[in-house]
Amino acid sequence: MSATAAPGLGHALDISSTSPTPFSRLVRVELRKTWDTRAGLWLLVCTALLTAAVMVIQLAVVVVQDLQVSYNDFLTSTNFSIGLLLPIIGILLLTSEWGQRTAMVTFSLEPRRPHVIAAKFVVGIGLAVAAVVIALGLAAICNALYGALGDQPVVWDQSVEQTAYFVLLQVVGMLTGFAFAALLLNSPAAIVLYMVYSFVLPGLFALGAALIGWFETIQPWIDFNYAQSGLFDGSGMSGSEWAHFAVSGVIWLVVPLTIGIVRVLRAEVK
Amino acid sequence: MITVEGLTRKYGSFTAVDNVSFVCQPGRVTGFLGPNGAGKTTTMRIMVGLTAPTAGRVTIGGHLYQDIPNPGRHVGVLLDASAQHAGRTGREILELGARTMGLDNSRVDAMLELVSLTPAESKRRLRNYSLGMKQRLGIAHALLGDPSVLILDEPANGLDPAGIRWMRGLLKGYAERGGTVLLSSHLLNEVELIADEMILIGHGKIVAQGDKKSLLAGAAGSGSTFVTALDNQALADALTAKGFVVAGAGDGLRVETEPVEVGRTAAEKAIVLTDLRAADGGLEDLFLELTSDTQREGLA
Repeated sequence: MSATAAPGLGHALDISSTSPTPFSRLVRVELRKTWDTRAGLWLLVCTALLTAAVMVIQLAVVVVQDLQVSYNDFLTSTNFSIGLLLPIIGILLLTSEWGQRTAMVTFSLEPRRPHVIAAKFVVGIGLAVAAVVIALGLAAICNALYGALGDQPVVWDQSVEQTAYFVLLQVVGMLTGFAFAALLLNSPAAIVLYMVYSFVLPGLFALGAALIGWFETIQPWIDFNYAQSGLFDGSGMSGSEWAHFAVSGVIWLVVPLTIGIVRVLRAEVK
Repeated sequence: MITVEGLTRKYGSFTAVDNVSFVCQPGRVTGFLGPNGAGKTTTMRIMVGLTAPTAGRVTIGGHLYQDIPNPGRHVGVLLDASAQHAGRTGREILELGARTMGLDNSRVDAMLELVSLTPAESKRRLRNYSLGMKQRLGIAHALLGDPSVLILDEPANGLDPAGIRWMRGLLKGYAERGGTVLLSSHLLNEVELIADEMILIGHGKIVAQGDKKSLLAGAAGSGSTFVTALDNQALADALTAKGFVVAGAGDGLRVETEPVEVGRTAAEKAIVLTDLRAADGGLEDLFLELTSDTQREGLA
């Protein structure tokens, strides 16, 4: 019972010898929260497995059909795996605290809410970078196998610039999920919004641009998916494309993230 | 020491907590008693900064909760034992807490042992825990950082009678070593047994506070006695002769006076008593009377 002995105290609490929780500790705890449940662990494992599976299928198809592909083509296929699942990891980083009501514990152990959100943000970016490293590795393996199994010459066409684009693409995807999560604080709603944003909206925007003349001119400025296409299709980013990226990014990333964070900081935690 | 000063929290036109002030002293267990929806949980959430007050403030040992660095080391909090990820094991939940607070994992083992969760139970996921086990885990989590102040919302909820007795011993011992304990409950009996001091809240307002004795002294219906004698009739006659109002109650009598008067009468007449006690319904009546507006209107 001595374990619970309350130190001898007067009426005031002596906090002089207690140091605030360091940020690095919060990051480590938040990282651990992403894999310490079965659901969280399997989401991470599935992301890696799906990435590998998509590449293996691609490898099998191109070898059998004797198609000419390059390293970058293998990497681009990850848009269907990590490109899809990273934002969901980003969403769950935040919303699981509300869905499972652990925010009550998290914020009572660390009342400085901006620190907690920043720690989650850092974990999200860290996971996106880790996913990119895995994807680069898997793509290298597939491209090498392609050279060994197929008759076509192996092309290593990934430049430093394209790798940077690829990292940026995945980080932005993760953060878009994070922003939607902060805005809605509800896992299913945030995932649905993300799916609508990434699968339904591009079609609507394209349709609008095709049918309405004036819409075609503003589409690049408001369609964040469209603005990111230069990051993964190998065409590179021109100055005006960066401008489109920045403006649509403010609409789809910065605004929801800002509103969401303000909301989390003020929210009553129940 | 927890000091609540003029605390008010409004939700639109609804006032959940209405100008509440009280103090929880170190070395004492303070019971926060009120029916469901009286404002206990809201008050406790404001204490730990999860809800912003509309007016007033709470200080713990002279500090706002938000200003306490690494607050888990000073203030143990259990607001809802079910508010943990259902997919985490009990042990993992404590380890996350210990890591956040910068504590060694040996502390996790010590707390699991303290709340009698076996190593096998600690490896089960929270969704497979009974409410009683969740409460034990929650108390272990609150005690992790060896705090000097404990804030527990309905900690006895879901505990079996042995568990309630265990918690009573734990909290009493904790307070005796100088700790400050605030615990809430909607069950009078629970609080009555544990708390040195009681705060009764109803509809967001404090309706009474003090120790059990002083609360009872002010309660309506105090000053009654239940008594059972070998010869009830003889006792009833003797009491009536002294001018006390006597009525039959179960196997014995209810007398409208203090137990001491009944005992004196029995001693004078050499009547053997088998049971003598104050009619203790007083506190429960007081609780219901003070916390229910409708009932008060009914009485008036």
